[in-house]
Amino acid sequence: MLSQGSVTAAYIAASVLFILSLSGLSKQESSKNGVFYGVIGMAIAIIATVLGPGVTNYLLLIPLIAVAGVVGWYVANKVEMTQMPELVAILHSFVGLAAVFVGFNSHIDGIGKYVGAERTIHNVEIFLGVFIGAVTFTGSVVAFGKLSGKMSGNALTLPGRHMMNLAAIAVSVILGIIFCMGNPEPHWPLIVMTVIALFFGAHLVLAIGGADMPVVVSMLNSYSGWAAAAVGFMLGNYLLIVTGALVGSSGAILSYIMCKAMNRSFVSVILGGWGGETSGPQQEVEGEMVPTNVDTVVQQLDDSDSIVFVPGYGLAVAQAQGAVSELTKKLRAKGKEVRFAIHPVAGRLPGHMNVLLAEAKVPYDYVLEMEEINDDFPQTDFVMILGANDIVNPAAQDDPNSPIAGMPVLEVWKAKNVVISKRGQGRGYSGVENPLFFKDNSRMLYGDAKDSLDAILKQMD
Amino acid sequence: MAQLIGVPNEVAEDEKRVALTPETAGRIHKLGYKLQIEKGAGESANFSDAAYSEAGVDVVDDVWASSDIVMKVRQPTDAEAGKLGAGKTLISFLWPAQNEDLVKKLSAQKPHAVLAMDQVPRISRAQKLDALSSMANIAGYRAVVEAANNFGRFFTGQVTAAGKVPPAKVLVIGAGVAGLAAIGAARSMGAIVRSFDIRPEVAEQIESMGAEFLFLDFDNEDAGTEGGYAKPSSPEFREKQLELFRGQAAEVDIVITTALIPGRPAPKLWLEDMVKAMKPGSVIVDLAAEQGGNCDLTVPGERTVTDNDVTVIGYTDMASRMAAQSSQLYGTNLRHMLDDLTPEKDGVPNVNMEDVVIRGCTVVKEGEVTFPPPPVATSAAPKPVAAVKVDPEEEARKAEEAAKKASITKGIMIAIAASLLALIGLTAPPDFLSYLIVFILAVIVGYYVIWNVSHSLHTPLMAVTNAISGIIVIGALLQVSSSSTVVQVLAGLGVFLAAINIFGGFLVTRRMLAMFQKS
Repeated sequence: MLSQGSVTAAYIAASVLFILSLSGLSKQESSKNGVFYGVIGMAIAIIATVLGPGVTNYLLLIPLIAVAGVVGWYVANKVEMTQMPELVAILHSFVGLAAVFVGFNSHIDGIGKYVGAERTIHNVEIFLGVFIGAVTFTGSVVAFGKLSGKMSGNALTLPGRHMMNLAAIAVSVILGIIFCMGNPEPHWPLIVMTVIALFFGAHLVLAIGGADMPVVVSMLNSYSGWAAAAVGFMLGNYLLIVTGALVGSSGAILSYIMCKAMNRSFVSVILGGWGGETSGPQQEVEGEMVPTNVDTVVQQLDDSDSIVFVPGYGLAVAQAQGAVSELTKKLRAKGKEVRFAIHPVAGRLPGHMNVLLAEAKVPYDYVLEMEEINDDFPQTDFVMILGANDIVNPAAQDDPNSPIAGMPVLEVWKAKNVVISKRGQGRGYSGVENPLFFKDNSRMLYGDAKDSLDAILKQMD
Repeated sequence: MAQLIGVPNEVAEDEKRVALTPETAGRIHKLGYKLQIEKGAGESANFSDAAYSEAGVDVVDDVWASSDIVMKVRQPTDAEAGKLGAGKTLISFLWPAQNEDLVKKLSAQKPHAVLAMDQVPRISRAQKLDALSSMANIAGYRAVVEAANNFGRFFTGQVTAAGKVPPAKVLVIGAGVAGLAAIGAARSMGAIVRSFDIRPEVAEQIESMGAEFLFLDFDNEDAGTEGGYAKPSSPEFREKQLELFRGQAAEVDIVITTALIPGRPAPKLWLEDMVKAMKPGSVIVDLAAEQGGNCDLTVPGERTVTDNDVTVIGYTDMASRMAAQSSQLYGTNLRHMLDDLTPEKDGVPNVNMEDVVIRGCTVVKEGEVTFPPPPVATSAAPKPVAAVKVDPEEEARKAEEAAKKASITKGIMIAIAASLLALIGLTAPPDFLSYLIVFILAVIVGYYVIWNVSHSLHTPLMAVTNAISGIIVIGALLQVSSSSTVVQVLAGLGVFLAAINIFGGFLVTRRMLAMFQKS
């Protein structure tokens, strides 16, 4: 058995390791060490807690952790790289739910233990922790449903949704006051508030369109951190406070960075939906979409010296990352300059495309960010768009009435030739018409991205 | 106050270029400057006074006295240098290394700044104002035109009813911008082109223009480059090189030499015996004539014919011979220079010595000679020169106002935060306060750790923070030994869920990172 002092020392070590872990992950080279630090920190924290004072129920603990380990190992190895966003979302929901349980326990255990200001603060902490946990839980579940396609990606805009949200918060605050005033604290306000928070979380994410999902996942990540910090306050546990705050602030900043990349205000993303902000009709798109075929594309690839691929969510869906990597190798072998242009919000998770391309072993120095490559498009012979839509939509620059006006986009239309590989004539996730498809130098290659790329590869041989 | 830019007539004989075209005038107006030009300055480059007037440029008799900035092509003559008044700015070709006296004379006038267009550093950002490259490009093209003009045969080979014509063979020595332009022009006229350069790394560029690279079998490890230009070679290497040329002399019809070493006389590469060995009717165009010439027999500025009927062209004004084209390119270079000098677009140049490009071009600053500049690779300026402010009082007042505003908002924020903290301090137990300290510090650490994360790592980062947020397991662990069954069950569930999150999160992050690789 460890003394309280040793446990605290172990917590300090774990906190430092978590900070090292996060800072390690900000660079490619140090990222693997970063994960290692995180694992060690977590192991130290758990072992110290288990061996520390007050924990005796080993019979229950050991099998629980062992089974959870197997489940975690299984999902982590089973999941396809394209399903990463869903996995992260569902894992967040677990943290949220755990926070709700811990909050309830803390309430049950704590009745009658505290007095005066301490009691009020403890109750507020419980209330906040449970609220954030519940919102994280249902929010993550809904995000999971949207990302995995089990739910519609469209934003659900109920009439008066902002009023509903406000009302939910107001009622929760009133319930919180009732909860704090009661002596001993009654259960019912906590339970009613939990139900309200569960609805609130679900509604919050339901109202957010599919295109904003990356930000939402990152926000939920942040919430799960704040929930952990709130639990830390109620249990008086420094490690939980430090780690929760780390995760909370890092998630919030990540969301902010992503919002900036999309030129969207943080508040409007969180409050949901594209609607309500535009005025006036969108510009009519003139011209027609001209289809092309694999033979022509192969010919164009052969004639081009500089080629840029723009991957989007469609690439992930079609699992075409291997095919595009193969094609890159072949074109590079012919002495052509082949690069990838990654928009900050391509895919359904920040950095989603980088992960997929890395999985397919596309070296990361061919993979450029939007700012790095946008000026090069006028000198580019051939751009191939693989299942991306909104991130290459010129309306963001040309049409002030477009819902995505002002969002920075990849200026692919400045290249000599553009081919768009696309499943059908439908619109992008934001539901906005894309004038790029109607431009004179654009050609549509209909069909699944992987099938098209495989056909191109066959022709190249 | 927007400054007035004046463009004088070029006084040098045979100088037909002009530093301003009606087209660049429009662009310069947009930078906030006013423009005036001396009567007839653009005439020889086919830009009429009327065209300038139409572009909003005042056509006047003399620009030196009234202009704040003078833009020229050639370096100023002694007389012109005397006319540059105190506080003015001059932008032109200058060749400060060769014209020390001129630089001294200019600096004695206490001008605001003198910028030399020939000193633009060879870095990619400065390419748009690299006037030497623009002029070299024209000179290379014109060299071929002059050669063709003096060559009695076709360039391209032809089989005609009147007999077979062999293609002309052209040798281009030195494959800089001018050399490459000459190769391109000669190739497009149908000649067989060979080229040599002491920098082996340009072989690819030569071949890309369609010429054959003459390979010299020599271990020339010291034939490297300095800022993209050639440096002098060793005597052994030189011998080998001359041998190679001797072999070519009898074979080629046209030789175009473009070999220059910055700040030195041009190397002699085409010796008298090689000229003697050439076929009658052959042509040599020496683009290095101004620096003394690459050929022994070159007479700078002249076209001469040797005893064995080889024409040697030593014109030093190739670019000026295509005045319309070169004025347009040079004018555009100047316009880009003004662009860089005027980030505010307020018609007032800011000679920012922190900017490598501007630092490199600036030869005189506030009456002090600042040439030669430090090497480009080291970005720090030798001594920080205060940025020029047109109206320091105005600037200072603006800055003060902004600072005042910022400090007021800051003050309000601090006051709110302080009163909140005071409230908490008065009511909350000490334990809570120490938690709060830890919490706030951790938030700040999180902020700094994440702010510079590389974009491609967002997903792994999110996965790992997700795994770390499983730390909530600690809370559940502490409750699992409670006496209440309800608490036990709930805490057990919490441990289970959080543990899945921890294992899953870390494992999937590892899996993802294992895939990142560099080519």
